[in-house]
Amino acid sequence: MDFSFNDEQQMLLETTRRLIAKDYTFAHRMKIREGAGGWSRDTWSQLADLGLLALTIPEDDGGIGAGAIGAMLVSNVVGEGLLLEPFHASAIVATQAIVQLASAQQRERWLPALAGGETIAVLAHDDAGKGLGVEATPDGDGWTLSGHKPAVYHADIADLLLVSARIKGSDEVALFALPADTQGITRHGYRTVDDQRAAHLELKNVSAGADTRLGGDATTGLQLVIDFGLAALCAEAVGALDRILAATIDYSRSRNQFGVPIGSFQALQHRMADMLMYTEQARSMSYLATSRCTDADANVRRAALSAAKVSIGQAARFVGQQAVQIHGGMGMTDELDVSHYFKRLTAFELRGGTTDAHLRGLARGLVGK
Amino acid sequence: MDLDFNAEENAFRDEVRAFLKAHLPSEISTRIGRGDDSQIAQDIPRWQSILHQHGWGAPAWPKAFGGTGWSTTQQYIFETECALADAPIQLPFGLKMVAPVMMRYGNAEQQARFLPRILSGEDWWCQGYSEPGSGSDLASLKTRAVRDGEEYVVNGQKVWNTLGQYADWIFCLVRTDAGAKAQQGISFLLIDMKSPGVKVQPTRLLDGTHEVNEIWFDNVRVPVANRIGEENDGWTYAKFLLGHERTNIAGIGGSKRELKRLKEMAAARQLDGKPLLEDTMIAARIAQVEIDLTALEITNLRVIFDAEQKKAPGPQASMLKIRGTEIRQRIAELQVDVLGADALAFDGHGDSDDVPRAMADYLNLRKLSIYGGSNEIQRNIIAQMILRLRG
Repeated sequence: MDFSFNDEQQMLLETTRRLIAKDYTFAHRMKIREGAGGWSRDTWSQLADLGLLALTIPEDDGGIGAGAIGAMLVSNVVGEGLLLEPFHASAIVATQAIVQLASAQQRERWLPALAGGETIAVLAHDDAGKGLGVEATPDGDGWTLSGHKPAVYHADIADLLLVSARIKGSDEVALFALPADTQGITRHGYRTVDDQRAAHLELKNVSAGADTRLGGDATTGLQLVIDFGLAALCAEAVGALDRILAATIDYSRSRNQFGVPIGSFQALQHRMADMLMYTEQARSMSYLATSRCTDADANVRRAALSAAKVSIGQAARFVGQQAVQIHGGMGMTDELDVSHYFKRLTAFELRGGTTDAHLRGLARGLVGK
Repeated sequence: MDLDFNAEENAFRDEVRAFLKAHLPSEISTRIGRGDDSQIAQDIPRWQSILHQHGWGAPAWPKAFGGTGWSTTQQYIFETECALADAPIQLPFGLKMVAPVMMRYGNAEQQARFLPRILSGEDWWCQGYSEPGSGSDLASLKTRAVRDGEEYVVNGQKVWNTLGQYADWIFCLVRTDAGAKAQQGISFLLIDMKSPGVKVQPTRLLDGTHEVNEIWFDNVRVPVANRIGEENDGWTYAKFLLGHERTNIAGIGGSKRELKRLKEMAAARQLDGKPLLEDTMIAARIAQVEIDLTALEITNLRVIFDAEQKKAPGPQASMLKIRGTEIRQRIAELQVDVLGADALAFDGHGDSDDVPRAMADYLNLRKLSIYGGSNEIQRNIIAQMILRLRG
């Protein structure tokens, strides 16, 4: 048992924090949000310069190889800073998909471009249990793809789309790496509730050459990628929880009513004590998710990640709502960061499987255990 | 970061398990498992004596006083395994409460006289803190001790005294200076329960048990040599006790054991021709409490790790107390809900051991969020630490 982080991990955390504190203030983020595209290429380049886009690329592939713990620590800071850039989608999830599934040649083609920030990739794979939505029909050496992928974070700004599809007439799942401008792909982009970008993908008779397919049957590999990504998303939520709680404590110390700080009222004190407890439980569960997300046993991974998603999702809801409540009218404004953390936490609850979906999975798993 | 126990910690756990298997008498664990408290006056000292013979009488004491010298992690592993094995509790009043105070603030004579008998289980200690008018506001206590030569004369009443009917000794907070402000003017006395003028009166609880007492002191004469530390400094020693305990305050082992029992109960009972465990509503509630227990377990390990690193305690002890008791109460609640109307049978005529035990537990365990600093007081403590509004 050891809850410390080694020197490299500490340094990673501090370096990322310094960058965000200096160059990604809340005021600056507001400007980015209002600017073209709603995200910052400059920030993206800074992340690349620090090596953070190569964070989870193995050292053999020229990356940092920081693994799940590194991903957790940087994701904490991404959540603290409410980054609008596609760090999670591209540097964690899509990068892991290539690491897990791609051939040596494909890795060489994509990983340096991802690490350098020249290519942004996203994984279009709906894991919410509604089926894959895209079917691949064999066509000569390659395939023809048709179907839909709803709600793919950052798909409208991506250069490369990693699209999962069921091979027609089989149970096999294939993953295709397709340039975003491939003919037949339409992206219906939109802004999400937390001011990030997403798109609904429509694929109509998209021609995918043999060299676009990553690996063979992608079922097992994709599950690993999804679990790794979910653990990082949990860590983002913990970063946001820390900040929204700290903001609430600060506010209740400085906001005076009836001649005293509102933090002196017991009704609010007990609420904040509960917020702290939710946040600390969430951190513990994020540790669990991180520790188990690379386990070889899919059942171990799922049990831990579902439990973490439920626990952190419930913390996100309680702490987010109460933070707005304690800020009063100010909590309702766009001007304060609190509402932005609240929306990020709300989005977290709905991403990667809802709280109810994960709880249902665990409840069904009780039988025969 | 590594959530799992290392090889050394696992080896220690295996050693504890093997010891429990070999030395915990099965008639005792069977009784404890059934929630049968009728023999605890014998079971508790007997278990303490078995542990003592093995050198494990005081898991939290330093070796100098005959303790195990175990790390905080080892203490946690030991207590968790004991709970999982249905071992009786080790009485906390001597081992975990008065002994640390004696070690820190007592004199050599007091240490030599009392500590070995706590360790062996020969002396049964109880606590004299709360009074009718002094619960959460303990410092308002009124029991008074008036100096008369080399003795104090003690008069007053203590309440919510746990298991004092079996006790040889009681440690008490008494007022020695009526003129001083609330926290000042309190002293910490050790009183022989056989002293003339000590009267123990049972307080019957809602579950029918005799677990707590009122203790009356009527001109009880206590040698000054039985005072810990300085006169009027007792509050300092009492406060030293609070927040001292960080290893087992969350009661992870007990909650795990009862969660397992809950699942077995839900699997054995039927609803509409199917095991109740397959019912969506019950299964979701059980899954939820299991998630919360996992989160608490990891949090507890984090706190233990911090303690090993000698990090100053923050609001964690309060957090573990609140969450640990809430979860334990929810599991008890779920056991009753799983039994449904069957849980109404209260005098042992139910269809299984679970029936009287579940309801008795449910009722009795409401105490958890009240004692040891109520959960509301714990939330006040957390708020004071994070808000830093005072001082």
